[in-house]
Amino acid sequence: MTDDGRTPGIDRPVEAGLESAPGTGLAMPPGEPGEARPRSLAGRLGGLLRSLVIPALAIFSGLVIGALVIVFSDVKIVGLWTSDPGAAFAVSVRDVANAYGALFAGSLGDPGKIVTAITSGDPDQMTKALRPISESLLSATPLIFTGLSVALGFRSGLFNIGAEGQLYVGALFAVIAGFSFAGLPAFVHIPLAIGLGFLGGALWGFVPGLLKARTGAHEVIVTIMLNYVAYRFVDLALKNPPVQREGATNPISKFVLDSAAVPFIIPGLRVTWWFVIALGAAVVISWLLFKSTKGFEFRAVGLNPPAARYAGMNIALTTVLTMVVAGGLAGLAGASVMLVPQGKLTPGFSPGYGFDAIAIALLGKSRPSGVVAAALLFGILRAGATPMQAATAIPIDLVVVVQALVIMFIAAPALVRGLYRLPAPKAAQAEVFTKGWGS
Amino acid sequence: MSAAVARPIVVGPLAIRRHQVSGLVYLAIAALIAVAFGAGATPDAVSTFDLNTRSVEIKLPLVVLPSAATAYALAVACAFLGAIQLARGFGARRGLVLGLVALVTVSAFLVWAASDRSMNLVGVLGASLQRATPLTFAALSGVLCERSGVVNIAIEGMLLTGAFTAAVAGSVLGPWGGVLAAIVVGGLLGGLLAVLAIRYRIDQIIAGMVINIFATGITAFLSARVLTDVPSLNAPERFAPIALPVLSDIPVVGPILFENNVFVYALFGLVALLHVALFYTRWGLRVRAVGEHPRAADTVGIDVLGTRYRNVILGGMVAGLGGAFLILGSTGRFDRDMTAGRGFIGLAAMIFGAWTPIGSFLASLVFGFADSLQARLAILNVPIPSELLLMVPYLVTILVVAGLVGRARAPAADGRPYEKE
Repeated sequence: MTDDGRTPGIDRPVEAGLESAPGTGLAMPPGEPGEARPRSLAGRLGGLLRSLVIPALAIFSGLVIGALVIVFSDVKIVGLWTSDPGAAFAVSVRDVANAYGALFAGSLGDPGKIVTAITSGDPDQMTKALRPISESLLSATPLIFTGLSVALGFRSGLFNIGAEGQLYVGALFAVIAGFSFAGLPAFVHIPLAIGLGFLGGALWGFVPGLLKARTGAHEVIVTIMLNYVAYRFVDLALKNPPVQREGATNPISKFVLDSAAVPFIIPGLRVTWWFVIALGAAVVISWLLFKSTKGFEFRAVGLNPPAARYAGMNIALTTVLTMVVAGGLAGLAGASVMLVPQGKLTPGFSPGYGFDAIAIALLGKSRPSGVVAAALLFGILRAGATPMQAATAIPIDLVVVVQALVIMFIAAPALVRGLYRLPAPKAAQAEVFTKGWGS
Repeated sequence: MSAAVARPIVVGPLAIRRHQVSGLVYLAIAALIAVAFGAGATPDAVSTFDLNTRSVEIKLPLVVLPSAATAYALAVACAFLGAIQLARGFGARRGLVLGLVALVTVSAFLVWAASDRSMNLVGVLGASLQRATPLTFAALSGVLCERSGVVNIAIEGMLLTGAFTAAVAGSVLGPWGGVLAAIVVGGLLGGLLAVLAIRYRIDQIIAGMVINIFATGITAFLSARVLTDVPSLNAPERFAPIALPVLSDIPVVGPILFENNVFVYALFGLVALLHVALFYTRWGLRVRAVGEHPRAADTVGIDVLGTRYRNVILGGMVAGLGGAFLILGSTGRFDRDMTAGRGFIGLAAMIFGAWTPIGSFLASLVFGFADSLQARLAILNVPIPSELLLMVPYLVTILVVAGLVGRARAPAADGRPYEKE
């Protein structure tokens, strides 16, 4: 790799500072200090591709190790490996191909079928062909919200492990708003319920933010603890009136009223307008972080707290605000699962959206656009897992293993570079989000 | 912490001293006891406590207390402590007073809960120790790692993986084989955490989360794919409780402390060993130096990274042992996500216990008591939601971390990667 498409001279840092870099007109992309933005279109494309190398290899490696897990957990062919390794290998390859085939067919659909369905113009056929994609978008929706929540925290130097708890409280608030207020028109009821969902999550984010700002209590430990408090709190609410459904003995809430349900985009497919709201949230957060004064303060506090303080920024206020908005976003994730037709709250409704969010924020480099892309990827994995289990009897939990591996490889790029013999970057720097706790 | 510096906390325009805040809190608790447990009790009701078990020959009389009067008496005691605290503070003895207030509160609650009922206290306390055991193993794992400066939030995953390994290896190799395998696998996960955190300098929280997510996924995957097909791999023999001769015949104390399985005795030994090792040996001094000021430790020739590697691996082994207890000393079979957050409660116990082995053990006992109490109250049909008691460990931890109740300080270099110059 001698020439990778960049114009000469870009490698050197621009001496006079960024303002003098002609043609950019933009500040340096945050997150990668020391890397000037390439000038030409080809250079930009090259830069984009280069930044995708590590994530792509991380995902690839995760899937490969996942395949090994599939192969070596097959008790039926354990004996075959010694008696007939060739046959065992063939069986393994077939199993893995079937599993991943079912996973991607279940989450992306069959491209051929989609094309024929669209050309035929038959609505029934079209819904059927598009169903896998709809399921993926459906799974991705809460992940976009929680991913934005964690990413926002990272940007201002806070590690929000509490997205899961904030999501549950947001869901509780949203579902209560959703089954109450009968008779309200949808255009009032929906925003009201969404607002309360945001409020619930924001409240659960406010506590660690305030404690961090006032007493220095580390947000990681407080948010972990608040996750469990939220689970118990929701359990408690679900076992008692007024939240518990009349006549139910198990913990389950009442159904959300139709006037509070965000409708389906296409009837027959389960993805709702929430997906579009999630994309809107990504745009808003992007604006907040990179175009607004408050966002500048968020990032400044995250990058260099002493400098931010010296510049007159209120670090305590920024900490609280960040956690409130981050919590609210996670609350919206909960609301996005509740405020749908026939929406209801159950104790285990989230398969760990708040924890996947950490992976998503890392994968997306804490950029809203990156978060959306990463959430789509995780949505695809999640949506494909169930059809995979149905078709090949390989447990859904494989996806969790793959996700853990992806986070590990993303968080340790040196591991990926070592595996694939990639050259080390110019300025390797360890990212440290947390600085001890308790004191 | 010395009581010499009393930092004022600013509440609105008033500057109130910390001891005065505590005093107000104690008075509020006293009022709460009087209203909820005194006035709230049925008139003429009595609370009965049973201190006997079938296995002990010597029988003690039942303790019968008038519910309302006892609650009022406890409220007065609490108010007395609160008034003194508000007026002048207790100085160095404030930890003791805090403990007393907690004891009074718990007693008042028990008297209320046992009102019109009979509660077997020995049963509750024995179950507390059982429930505290995995928490203590988890907390000790945390102490080992964090004293050397590596944050370990992967304890949950280590417990879970240890439990899975103990179930499978225990079914194949027998219980001792299960214990050994769980320790080895715990150590391997500790090694992974160490490599990610020390060699690759991944953020330690992220490294821990990776291990937790991986452990959740892989154990659930394998138990669905392998254990459901081959149930004989999930049926290990358990360790039976061993009643120590003579000691187990002491009333009250005997059945609680000396009728347990090997894990609990091993735990007693481990707590003592770690306490001595950390605070009275050269090894412990070095570990603490590495956790507090690695640069200084390095300067005097202590191998900082080596110490961290060793401690994190040891911590993983202890957590693996805790996982083995869940299977071989408790339930006898693996179920997905069976640790149910115990690793995180253990982490909480470590913080509440101020990063010391004995403190961690006591904190685990408190949390184990809350857990066993909620189970007992559910059986006794006491009208209090079990969820509220289950929240106790988490809420206490938040209060401790925020410095509102007591104050715990983490090792200074906890969570920071060390780079040799």
